[in-house]
Amino acid sequence: MRDVTVEGQLASTRIDVTALRLSRSGRQVLDVPHLVLEGPGPTAILGPNGAGKSLLLRCLHGLIAQDTGTIAQDGRRLRSGAAAGQAMVFQRPVLLRRSVAANLAFVLRRQRLGHATRQKRIAELLEEGGLSTKARQPARSLSGGEAQRLAILRALATGPRVLFLDEPTSALDPAATAKIETMIARIASEGVRVVLVTHDIGQARRLAHDIILMQGGRVAEHSPAGAFFARPLTQAGRLYLSGELLI
Amino acid sequence: MRIVKSALLALLLAGLATVGAAQDRYIVVQSTTSTQNSGLLDAILPAFERESGIDVRVVAVGTGQAIRNAANGDGDVLLVHNRTAEDKFVADGEGVGRKDVMYNDFVLVGPSEDPAGVKGGSDIVVALSKIAESQSPFASRGDDSGTHKAELRHWQSAGVDVADASGSWYRELGAGMGATLNAAAGMGAYTLSDRATWISFGNKDGMEIVVQGDPKLFNPYGVILVNPAKHPTVKAEDGQAFIDWLTGPEGQAAIADFQIDGQQLFFPSAQ
Amino acid sequence: MGTFTSEFLQALHLIVTGDGDLWGIVLLSLWVSLSAVAVGAAIGMPMGAALAVGRFPGRRALVVLLNALMGLPPVVVGLCVYLLLSRAGPLGVLGLLYTPGAMVIAQTIIVTPIIAALTRQIVEGLDAEYAEQLKSLGLSRLASVPVLLWDGRRALLTALLAGFGRAIAEVGAVIIVGGNINHVTRVMTTTIALETSKGNLALALALGAILITIAISVTAAVSLLGARQGPAHA
Repeated sequence: MRDVTVEGQLASTRIDVTALRLSRSGRQVLDVPHLVLEGPGPTAILGPNGAGKSLLLRCLHGLIAQDTGTIAQDGRRLRSGAAAGQAMVFQRPVLLRRSVAANLAFVLRRQRLGHATRQKRIAELLEEGGLSTKARQPARSLSGGEAQRLAILRALATGPRVLFLDEPTSALDPAATAKIETMIARIASEGVRVVLVTHDIGQARRLAHDIILMQGGRVAEHSPAGAFFARPLTQAGRLYLSGELLI
Repeated sequence: MRIVKSALLALLLAGLATVGAAQDRYIVVQSTTSTQNSGLLDAILPAFERESGIDVRVVAVGTGQAIRNAANGDGDVLLVHNRTAEDKFVADGEGVGRKDVMYNDFVLVGPSEDPAGVKGGSDIVVALSKIAESQSPFASRGDDSGTHKAELRHWQSAGVDVADASGSWYRELGAGMGATLNAAAGMGAYTLSDRATWISFGNKDGMEIVVQGDPKLFNPYGVILVNPAKHPTVKAEDGQAFIDWLTGPEGQAAIADFQIDGQQLFFPSAQ
Repeated sequence: MGTFTSEFLQALHLIVTGDGDLWGIVLLSLWVSLSAVAVGAAIGMPMGAALAVGRFPGRRALVVLLNALMGLPPVVVGLCVYLLLSRAGPLGVLGLLYTPGAMVIAQTIIVTPIIAALTRQIVEGLDAEYAEQLKSLGLSRLASVPVLLWDGRRALLTALLAGFGRAIAEVGAVIIVGGNINHVTRVMTTTIALETSKGNLALALALGAILITIAISVTAAVSLLGARQGPAHA
């Protein structure tokens, strides 16, 4: 993955969603007849609270089993996100109660890398996230932005082909957000399919290649970002951009 | 965590080593609290252990429990004081060759204020009748021990049904002699104690002997080897060696020599 | 009680001057209780963790039962172990009755539910936070257990100390299965019981103060070690 550094590289991994349905306590919370993620990405999932953004992300990653329907990655039915080369970063980073470096080592050790290779990879990743000086520090003592960067680095350590991010910057100040966005852009430019849930329309504008707008468990609109922000195809899109789409 | 683990492990190993190094040759003697609480066994056993190389491990409980433990085969020698129960133990085939060892006597202990007015008496039955009449508090061992059984015999002679009074002035503690004396001191009650435990007792606190010297208060101790034919794990040879020593001239002399505050507590009686 | 101070100083003097008998009693107390905690941890931690992450019928009932067992009466445990280990009992052939081994067994039975129940609670709390992340990284429920145990190590240390506190303070079980035999199975608590029954209340209290001091020292030492340990290495 490291040697692929061409700007604008296409994300090669394709995800197909067919007839996806999910109910929670008798209520239909997801109903996605058809959705295809292809092209370069990143894809931003927008929509009001309760629209099903995070649920969709969890279904795509295999954390939640849908009631019916299939999710396929490169034509193969998805069973486990990790096994399919996916990784996820959560809204609140879940860091192990260990040092910064140990959080990365934990993932790398599962790949049966030799000790030297592992140490080298840890150093590279820390460098990439600007955390080199904090390697020995307890991960729990990092600031919010640093913690989220470490969570992203840890996801990267798995060598993912797909990276899901669930509102990764919702609790961060603009400076920290900017650093994260730079990382996400770089990751996407290296050919990783990035799918991002966000409430920050500016962030979607800055990062996304295509936009999925969700409303009431359905995909209301899936358009290229430029088109979506210039002239949304749907009423829901127009209302959302004017801040009037409430449910 | 790693340090803690290794420390724990080291301690475990050290402990195992200590336990493994404990003397291999030993016998278990099931005995009564009076022999231990008075300090008699601590005083006389070292001589035997030195001489024989046999470690004597004493489990001190009430006579009733000691007999039951021995009947389970959990012990090699029984040293208790309740002739009736001892004879039954032998008759049941649980033990062999009962021998007299020593005696002491029971005393009635009570608060110095003596609410039942029994002080200075020498007849235990009369004293108990007075306690019952005045309904003065009485603390009973209530643990099926030799002392407890002796006490019940005297109540019976006095014609008092203590079962009736249980919970009012008659208080059954279900405890050893020392604990019962502590409780009696705490509630200003009378109680029947063996003289040895009383003399060596450290918390006399306002209590004194009120009745003593009645021949009925005589308290003989017997020693019995747990029957090796019935309980194959019994260390018959070493157990018998201990019995022979205890009832022989050396053991008997050691018993006679044991004193607290210049008073002899046990009187040798082996034939 | 006016003599308490002098008795305490005397008992302390025995400790400081390395009196063999008193030290033997103190060390045996520590050995028995720490062994019970070690065995209890080996059994209770995996058991508690399995209950925390496992999903199977009857799990709720097991959790309730385990919580209830934290209050096992030591005397009852002692009696049951006595009946098991007695020459007349099913395990009589082992010849363990009236040995430190029997005391370790009894105390293990007392502390295992405490360690297991607290482990269950700690691991379940941590799992609520970790479950999605660990699944996302491809760990099965079973593979999550060591991670949860390791990351809960500080809290689990407290669970072990709770077990140790219960064991070292317990008298009802060890006096029955150990027999309070001098130089063999006599520990701090049974010594205190014995001195109390001899009416030597001040000495008993002094020994009690030493027991408490030891319990506090062990707890403090373990906590300090746990704190100094800090996060794991890469």
